[in-house]
Amino acid sequence: MKTRREFLKTSGLLIASVGALSLSDDEIYTLAAQAGGPYVDPDYLQLDSWIVIRPDNTATFFVGKTDLGQGTGTAFRQIMSDELDIAFDNTSCVMGSTHLTVDQGGSGGSDALQTDGYPMRRVAAEARRVLLEMAATHFGVPATSLTVSDGVVTVRPSTPLGAAGSTPPRTITYGELIGGKKFSVRLTGRDVDNTTGVAKLKPVQEMKNVGKSPQRYDIPPKVDGSGKWAVDMKVPGMVHARNVKPPVAGATLVSVDESSVRNLPGFVRVVRKGNYLAVMCEREEQAIKAATQLKAEWRNPTTGLFPASVDFFAYLRSTPPAFSQQPATVGNVDAAFASAAKVVEADYDIPFQGHTSIGPAHALADPSNNQLTIYSNDMKSYGLRNGVARFLNIPREQVRVIWMDGPQAYGRTAADDAGFEAAFLAHELGRPVRVQWSRAEESAWDTKGPAYAIKLRGAFDAAGNLVALDYDARAADHNHLGYNEYDTVLIAQLTGQRKQEPARGRASYPTDSYAVANRRSTGSVIPLPLTWETPLRMGNLRDPDGPQVTFAVESFIDELAAAANADPVEFRLKLLQASTTDDSGFKRARSIACVKAAAEKFGWDRRRSPKTRATGNVVSGRGIAYAFRSQTVVAEIAEVEVNRTTGRVWVKRLVCAHDCGLVVNPVALTRTIENGLLHGVSRSLFEEVAFDNQKVTSVDWITSPTLTHADIPERIDVVLVNGDPNPNRPDLPHYGAGETMLKPTMAAIANAIFDATGVRVRRVPFRAPRVLAALKA
Amino acid sequence: MAITLLVNGKRHTVDVDPSTPLLYVLRNDLDLSGPRFGCGLGQCGACTVLIKGEAVRSCVRTVAQSQNVEITTLEGLAKDGRLHPVQQAWIDEQVPACGYCQNGQILTAKALLDKNPHPTDAQIRDAMKGVLCRCMTYYGINAAVKRAAKVIA
Repeated sequence: MKTRREFLKTSGLLIASVGALSLSDDEIYTLAAQAGGPYVDPDYLQLDSWIVIRPDNTATFFVGKTDLGQGTGTAFRQIMSDELDIAFDNTSCVMGSTHLTVDQGGSGGSDALQTDGYPMRRVAAEARRVLLEMAATHFGVPATSLTVSDGVVTVRPSTPLGAAGSTPPRTITYGELIGGKKFSVRLTGRDVDNTTGVAKLKPVQEMKNVGKSPQRYDIPPKVDGSGKWAVDMKVPGMVHARNVKPPVAGATLVSVDESSVRNLPGFVRVVRKGNYLAVMCEREEQAIKAATQLKAEWRNPTTGLFPASVDFFAYLRSTPPAFSQQPATVGNVDAAFASAAKVVEADYDIPFQGHTSIGPAHALADPSNNQLTIYSNDMKSYGLRNGVARFLNIPREQVRVIWMDGPQAYGRTAADDAGFEAAFLAHELGRPVRVQWSRAEESAWDTKGPAYAIKLRGAFDAAGNLVALDYDARAADHNHLGYNEYDTVLIAQLTGQRKQEPARGRASYPTDSYAVANRRSTGSVIPLPLTWETPLRMGNLRDPDGPQVTFAVESFIDELAAAANADPVEFRLKLLQASTTDDSGFKRARSIACVKAAAEKFGWDRRRSPKTRATGNVVSGRGIAYAFRSQTVVAEIAEVEVNRTTGRVWVKRLVCAHDCGLVVNPVALTRTIENGLLHGVSRSLFEEVAFDNQKVTSVDWITSPTLTHADIPERIDVVLVNGDPNPNRPDLPHYGAGETMLKPTMAAIANAIFDATGVRVRRVPFRAPRVLAALKA
Repeated sequence: MAITLLVNGKRHTVDVDPSTPLLYVLRNDLDLSGPRFGCGLGQCGACTVLIKGEAVRSCVRTVAQSQNVEITTLEGLAKDGRLHPVQQAWIDEQVPACGYCQNGQILTAKALLDKNPHPTDAQIRDAMKGVLCRCMTYYGINAAVKRAAKVIA
């Protein structure tokens, strides 16, 4: 199979409709600097904006999404080649560059297939319909007498082949019909998500590539070193910039002594605006050195100190909320608790966790030709383009973002600080500027997943039935950053161009489907003493608060099961199977299927937790947790070993039953789930942002530990489930799969620790000293 | 100062400060983007290169220390247009997610298998534990190392 690179190399330049260039990885970047603006938005209502077919019967799909290393580009090619009826190997996919691909929002919310896959399928189906009409005209036959396979249209013979008087079938390829020419077909739809032609989608049972696992085309260039990423981009005349961050949160830059770096080799310029400070040099190592040597005087703030991370949950519980949310209530919770025979109560703490990408933030901005081209791995490249235009107050047609591969950060680049910084510096200097953050900057100043303190109460009646569940969350989510907003990214804060009022944030409620007659969820958002110019700034970290909420709720369900002397799987199934009058039967049926599939794969032995106390230093146990996100359902079982002397927890085995509807690429999906599960293990066992009263102190891989190869499970089983009540329906939907697997992992592990030891860990992460302290308490 | 480096079988002379970390010369002067900047502290392994068969962190090694030794980067692993068995195993197992760290994973695995063609699971864990992956592709990496070991043996 050809890689995208090889494919595009051989396919030549064409694509008049989308900017006069076909794109190979090499060609786009070489020629990009020459392509002047203005950069007009590709029109999603033109079929030519989405699909180009060449004379050699190959096709390129142009989609407004970004692939963060989960193989979505390959999945797009699978679904679009199926609807178009062209060979998968004869297709390629261009993604996320603002002047080339329609604005589908980039990545976020695991919506690539669930939402954006549908317009992609519809436009491909429409292209097929138009091509068949062209073929019908060409042959002078009705379109109904044509068949198509792998981009070759065949006139169905009027007499059977081989019969007397039969002639060889007449055929023509898509490439012969339209290669090099435009479709010039207008689509309809009130927005890009609703883009459609008049063709109908195929029944999913007729899709040939969907459900198979062609290799991800992005992988070979990642393995042979040939891939050029945003971080690798160079353009003539480029300089390197490094930031100098405030030494403590909220510090004011009083003065800068440029003479401290002016005589360094390669020095170009110091740029200062407000509290933003950067230095630029001809070479990268020179810029790094200059940023270290640059003398600057900062004034520390007199107010607005943080509570240190060791005191943070006391702060979170005692501080008056910025606001409280509307409760979500079913039944009469207070009455149920008043008449309860037994009440169970527990508190759960989840700290700030960072994205801590393996590759610190970076971008290259090129102001040549009075335009601004940003080479970026921004998952939301369209937002970066719009944000930069507003931030610099230049026409958006002057700005484009060329999206390229980059280090995954699971939400970090939704607030793409480096993209704005590179644009700002290039605009100031009039030369191309590449910026990359240091490890300490990235670990300290990246956006954080919000911390939560969650209280849960449950009430049993005299017969032992769970009759009420009461949930209250306090979330440190004040000033949750938006998507590349020109007035909330860090440089906007530091240069004094930020908005006045911070975003309100939210405290999320549970999304399980348990049938409990009386339920209440309440939540409030707790402010921090310092709102702006602080490294404790909230952003979307993979899910963005599902792991926190699910840790609490699914740990608590386990506590209730233990209180009821029930097996944890049985207890959940009973709550899922209970009859209710609400409308979540669809989700509930799929939840039951996943819980059962996970238990079966694991070989779950039915009994209550904790198990009979074992002797010996290392004890083992298993725990289950389940969750859904949008329409995707997962149930996970963890088997752990706990060392009672050291407190070390090893997740020995993981089982994940996963239902995301129609599976496009099982191998790529399974790897994505395995990786997400381990991200969940890392966040369960290791990850936490540490800070003193003034600054984040987890600034490298020693102070900010992460899962390593040493601690991976010896076995992971992923079970792909289709729990749809009508599993063979022709319109079986494809749901998202990028995040849901992360939700139940913390709870599954905590429940397994309880099963093994009889001790509840209610504070994430379960680092060895904390587990040891809990065992000894 | 003129520094001579022997990289992937070719000799290069660059005029840089001898204290420059090897990483930046490989990336910016020799246009080899396999090694990537991850921490600059020698903690993560994204910048790994092979020097005399050892997996070395090019972010904390100066160019001056790197003269007169054979340096191999990810780009130099394939021979005569054929991927190294470790690289092929990485594709066969569909290992990479974002891929940023995979340079270090692949070269560290190669260094391991060169010395120990039949590593146990415990030896793989120990040899690979210093190369971090924030996409957490470790399970696939573990499978790919074992697959490559079978091919090489």
